[in-house]
Amino acid sequence: MIEIWSYLAEGPLLWLTATLIAYLAGDWMFRASGRKPWMNPVLLAVLLLAALLTLSGTDYETYFEGAQFVHFMLGPATVALAVPLYGNLHHVKRLALPLLAALVAGSLTAMLSAIGIGWAMGLRAETLLSLAPKSTTAPVALGISEQIGGSPTLTAVLVILTGIIGAITVTPLLNAMKITDWRARGFATGVAAHGIGTARAFQVNETAGAFAGIGMGLNALLTALIAPYIARLFL
Amino acid sequence: MIAHVALLLALQLAGEAIVRATSLPIPGPVLGMALFLMLLIARPKTAKAVQPTTSGLLSHLSLLFVPAGVGIIGHLDRLAGQGLALFAALLGSTVLAIAVGALTFSLLAKDR
Repeated sequence: MIEIWSYLAEGPLLWLTATLIAYLAGDWMFRASGRKPWMNPVLLAVLLLAALLTLSGTDYETYFEGAQFVHFMLGPATVALAVPLYGNLHHVKRLALPLLAALVAGSLTAMLSAIGIGWAMGLRAETLLSLAPKSTTAPVALGISEQIGGSPTLTAVLVILTGIIGAITVTPLLNAMKITDWRARGFATGVAAHGIGTARAFQVNETAGAFAGIGMGLNALLTALIAPYIARLFL
Repeated sequence: MIAHVALLLALQLAGEAIVRATSLPIPGPVLGMALFLMLLIARPKTAKAVQPTTSGLLSHLSLLFVPAGVGIIGHLDRLAGQGLALFAALLGSTVLAIAVGALTFSLLAKDR
């Protein structure tokens, strides 16, 4: 038994398989809960795998040997985001002014207030840099975090938590503000809470979902362009 | 499908190469996405052709950041010490960003 374990624990097969199974388990729990935002499949998969690694005494480097094949697909997936963005381009042309204004306002608010609150509460520079791109979709956020000197692994978790917070707060928040325009509600959610927020928007309203997708795509581009300057401004 | 994967990888490669050559401060794959968007605008037929491959990839987008997320086990001490500050920053900034974005959009899009 121990021999089999030490053989498998050395190759990439074990942890690649574990990553896929953990994700399927997380996704199953998410569906079983009736798609509750706080039952996030990624967060559940991460918790499952972290517990497995700790219990088996496996370090992250060994785990990543296997998981890197999944991680690698982030690059091509980021490129592929151009397709849904292209599909929604007719909205972008027609509503260029409100879209661009809300994009810049939402994106800057997300970055500046996150860094500002974190700074006021005494977070270290590297943590602040990891926090800066947390409203963008994960593959892009990891790239930005690495570029500006943050920690991509910390950013990955902050991105997921941001999405969950956005998905939970958006409906009560915007109802209280009496904003009824589904385009505005969806777009702001996509800008502030990326794919998890977009999934939530689609649950509530089809138009809100489409505009959330546009917000997510445009904010990936904008944050990549301005995050380095914001990082320099603060640190 | 292989051709579409090759196209995505080639665009990423072009993005990475341009970023390295010009020291632009954006991630290579993001530039790859911008290049792809320009390609789709120039050749609308491509969008329909690549759709099955890209939707397949994007429908499992969240799986792809599990490996990076597991890296949290290396940050547990930091999370324990700074968890409250991080949570305050995430909650405050997300609520503010949604409110500001939605308000801006709805004011400017009122009559459109």
